[in-house]
Amino acid sequence: MIENSQSDSKVVQPTPNSKRITLLTKPRLILRGVLIALALVTVYSLVTLDAGNLKFSDAFQSLGANLQAMFLHPGVGQDTWSLLLRALTTSVALAMLTTLLGAFFAFFIAVFSARNLVPSWLATSIKAVMAFIRSIPTILWVLIYSVVMGLGANAAVVGLTFHSIAYLVKAYSESIEETSADTIEALKASGVGFWPIIFQAILPSIIPALLSWTFIRFEINFANAVAVGAAAGADDIGYYLFMASGFYFNFHEVGLIVYLLLGVAIVLEVVSMKLRGHYLQKN
Amino acid sequence: MKTNFQSPQQFFRQRRLRLGIVLAILLVIYGVSMVLVNFQTLASLMQVPAGLIWLFKNFIPTERSISYLGPILYQLWRTLIVAVSSTICASLLGLILAILGAKTTSPLPGLRLVIRFGASLLRNIPVVAWAMILLFSFKQSDFTGFLALFFMTLGYLTRAFTETIEDLDGEKLQALQAVGANYFQCVFCGVLPEVASTLTSWVLYMIENNLRDATLVGILTGTGVGFLFNHYFKSFRYDAAGLIVLLIAVLVICLELTSTQIRRAIA
Repeated sequence: MIENSQSDSKVVQPTPNSKRITLLTKPRLILRGVLIALALVTVYSLVTLDAGNLKFSDAFQSLGANLQAMFLHPGVGQDTWSLLLRALTTSVALAMLTTLLGAFFAFFIAVFSARNLVPSWLATSIKAVMAFIRSIPTILWVLIYSVVMGLGANAAVVGLTFHSIAYLVKAYSESIEETSADTIEALKASGVGFWPIIFQAILPSIIPALLSWTFIRFEINFANAVAVGAAAGADDIGYYLFMASGFYFNFHEVGLIVYLLLGVAIVLEVVSMKLRGHYLQKN
Repeated sequence: MKTNFQSPQQFFRQRRLRLGIVLAILLVIYGVSMVLVNFQTLASLMQVPAGLIWLFKNFIPTERSISYLGPILYQLWRTLIVAVSSTICASLLGLILAILGAKTTSPLPGLRLVIRFGASLLRNIPVVAWAMILLFSFKQSDFTGFLALFFMTLGYLTRAFTETIEDLDGEKLQALQAVGANYFQCVFCGVLPEVASTLTSWVLYMIENNLRDATLVGILTGTGVGFLFNHYFKSFRYDAAGLIVLLIAVLVICLELTSTQIRRAIA
């Protein structure tokens, strides 16, 4: 027989204090916790949802009939084509106006809330104010301003601009903060002033980001402009949508307006895709 | 070989010219829009400070407005819950649609186009239109707001999820297929664990967004905290309306901070 000469060979013992390898890392556990919590809230809310003695089969049936009237037989109703198209143009103009105004003010505020350009306390306080403005829904700003300025275009523009500024300041200042500190330091060391640094060094490098954020805001502002017309009575397409659905109960006109809005939204999406593609190629 | 190096003067002149043209176009757009909307820039901008002062005078909650706190908190809670549940329901359906519609996991190429088009349609109908359409059939109930947010969120999340899944490395799926995993194993063991945290941060973002939109839907359909705001606002109880604005702001900021924390923890 062949004996193993080293009978007392060491058996490799797993060291007791080594970590167990498991798929459940901490991020995974947190993820599961969050998902479970959200699921619980959803179940609770679906159970307690106030359906207000609604018969679901009837409701869905009438929804089907309404959708059919809207999308298969759109019509102008008691307004005219020219009126609706004019209102649509007003909505687009409202969105453009508020986006341009918002972008203009937001850029200058963003410069003073970028951590790599100004002292930290200034940046933090401006950002806190902007976070507060941003957290209040746009429509509430418009309603609040409509009391001060009277219902109409001025209140709508100021209200929408307010929220646009707060949104864009966040986006812009984050873009500005991505500029490397070395660049700024080098320019400062060679004696370049504050504004030349911004316009000659920072601005050219962040233009694609600014452009894409501004365009996203433009799309949001268009949706908001419609909402403002419906809820605060600015004279745009949202107002006609609100009147047609809430007062005349004219499904055909609602359908037509939805088609018009869809058309604009699709044009905007195509333009934004082209614009982004163009800028990405160039840079 | 021809080199077309510009002198610095030329470069700067060209850049100034281009900048000038862009600025001129923007100014023209601004002017035309101003006329179309009938907006007076200077007069309105002058009124902004006065508006803010008025706001701080009238919208500060007083002791009287504390008595409204009960109904406000209740409606705020309902609004939050509707925002969360519509997002979660939409995300479940959106996930299924995204798996069926993403280039890497789609079982049928034809299905992809249908899902893309449908999602784009849902996304591009503004939430106002959804609210008004649904108000006909579902009357003044929480369900109207729920469905309006649901459809819009479905459009957004289907697109976001599809793009996330398509960004995934195709080779991992190939490797799984090569060792003989079937379609469902590929999806549930290969795709989903990989994208879970990205998808969750999209869901969290949509919850924040929907809470804001829920206020608007509430104003239009007469439910939730939006309706309560409209009610107090139109009966000139500005202090109570101010309390609502303040509470909404606090809730939104809390939600934002929480979801930022969660996003950082699961990344």
